[in-house]
Amino acid sequence: MDEALLRSLSPSVLTVLVRRGAGFAAAEDAVQDALVEAVRVWPAGVPRDPKGWLVTVAWRRFLDATRADAARRRREDRVEEEPVPGPASGVDDTLQLYFLCAHPSLTPASAVALTLRAVGGLTTRQIAEAYLVPEATMAQRISRAKRTVSGVRFDRAGDVSTVLRVLYLVFNEGYSGNVDLAAEAIRLTRQLAGVIDHPEVAGLLALMLLHHARRAARTAPDGSLVPLAEQDRSLWDTELITDGVEILQAALARDRLGEFQAQAAVAALHADARAAEETDWVQVVEWYDELARLTGSPVVRLNRAVAVGEADGPRAGLAALSELDDSLPRHTAVAAYLHERDGDLAKAARLYSEAARKATDLAERDHLTRQAARLNAGRQG
Amino acid sequence: MAKYLLLKHYRGAPAAVNDVPMDRWTPEEISAHMRYMNDFAARLEGSGEFVSGQALAQEGAWVRYDGEGRPPVTDGPFAETKDLIAGWMIIDVDSYERAVELAGELSAAPGAGGEPIHEWLELRPFLTEPPTITE
Repeated sequence: MDEALLRSLSPSVLTVLVRRGAGFAAAEDAVQDALVEAVRVWPAGVPRDPKGWLVTVAWRRFLDATRADAARRRREDRVEEEPVPGPASGVDDTLQLYFLCAHPSLTPASAVALTLRAVGGLTTRQIAEAYLVPEATMAQRISRAKRTVSGVRFDRAGDVSTVLRVLYLVFNEGYSGNVDLAAEAIRLTRQLAGVIDHPEVAGLLALMLLHHARRAARTAPDGSLVPLAEQDRSLWDTELITDGVEILQAALARDRLGEFQAQAAVAALHADARAAEETDWVQVVEWYDELARLTGSPVVRLNRAVAVGEADGPRAGLAALSELDDSLPRHTAVAAYLHERDGDLAKAARLYSEAARKATDLAERDHLTRQAARLNAGRQG
Repeated sequence: MAKYLLLKHYRGAPAAVNDVPMDRWTPEEISAHMRYMNDFAARLEGSGEFVSGQALAQEGAWVRYDGEGRPPVTDGPFAETKDLIAGWMIIDVDSYERAVELAGELSAAPGAGGEPIHEWLELRPFLTEPPTITE
């Protein structure tokens, strides 16, 4: 039984049903029934048109369910409208499903869960495991999300940037248990890039590939964090990097810059340096300037201050940092790093300790505590 | 089997014997400490006595209801004097003696100079459901 095939078909089957007028929640139930049926029947022989088969079975299930509980007149209307069963259209209309799952009426957490369920075809259990919550909790979250979008019609094009944000959230969740959410996000973004021609979709895909390429080098065997400058670059996945850079270059050539392309450009400059010292920091700063212009985000300006510190020296970095609100996440950690490079080790050690206290991530907290310890040990010894 | 909660405190517990703040350790000492904690959890998984463990951030706030139509009161994220819990581990063991033994072992995690910290850990049994069958 080809589980990957079923997973790749289920979103477009779902889209067909919703297009034909089924409510999202009812359509989803019907598709699940059809998948279960496929698992039962297909081992004896996969149908020639698997998608058409699934659409037909799911639509019948939907009608059965509707007949069972809907008012008589609505039921008859639907039966009248029933399309002739047969091969489904070859056009991949998964795109609308992406927009639906990223609908602005959903919270980011719900949008992520629904996307993984409906577009990714993951089971509720798999999503729950990835988020370390009980399956019942995740089931509730997903059905609430389905209810929220059940009245939404498919006739208006959504906002691509919302879809991309949701996919980026999935990517940033990383992985745990059996589901690798970063890899899943890449798969979905690749799929999206296949159905929509948009430079920012390519930009996000490139960004994910370039980040993902560094994954093996990002943590030491004991689980501790390895900063970019200290990573063993031979562990970087050169194939993913090449892939990412090519996608990015094609996107940039279209001259419709967006924040994901700019972020990917920064990642590409890091990927391009064989050693940390060879990083083209001047160009990195230029891309952060672009990003700041595109987003106005204070986090971008914080990253820019780090890049300025590398390009023009720690004093320049600290000057850039002084323009920012010191309540920003990681502000203290950046200040500690720049003060260390400037030679003020006592101040740097104090700031690293303070940053460790504020950290919300275990690996990051331990890393910052180690930095403080390293400087304190050095000063005592 | 009975479940116990082992609580590790940032502050608020009686002072440890080897009481040196972590940012005064060497990076190697920190790594050795983390390794000890992870090995301990892995060993309890092996013996079937581990339930869960979680580290908590150092900063938090007290929150209190302040009456109808008013926002809850917080004291802000100021945590200088409070009893701060650093994290917990839940174990499921055969006896109170075993729970004490394991807590003692965890308290011996190495700190500055690679010497055991002898920190105080709080050990609390879980309240359970009444048994279905009473003989």
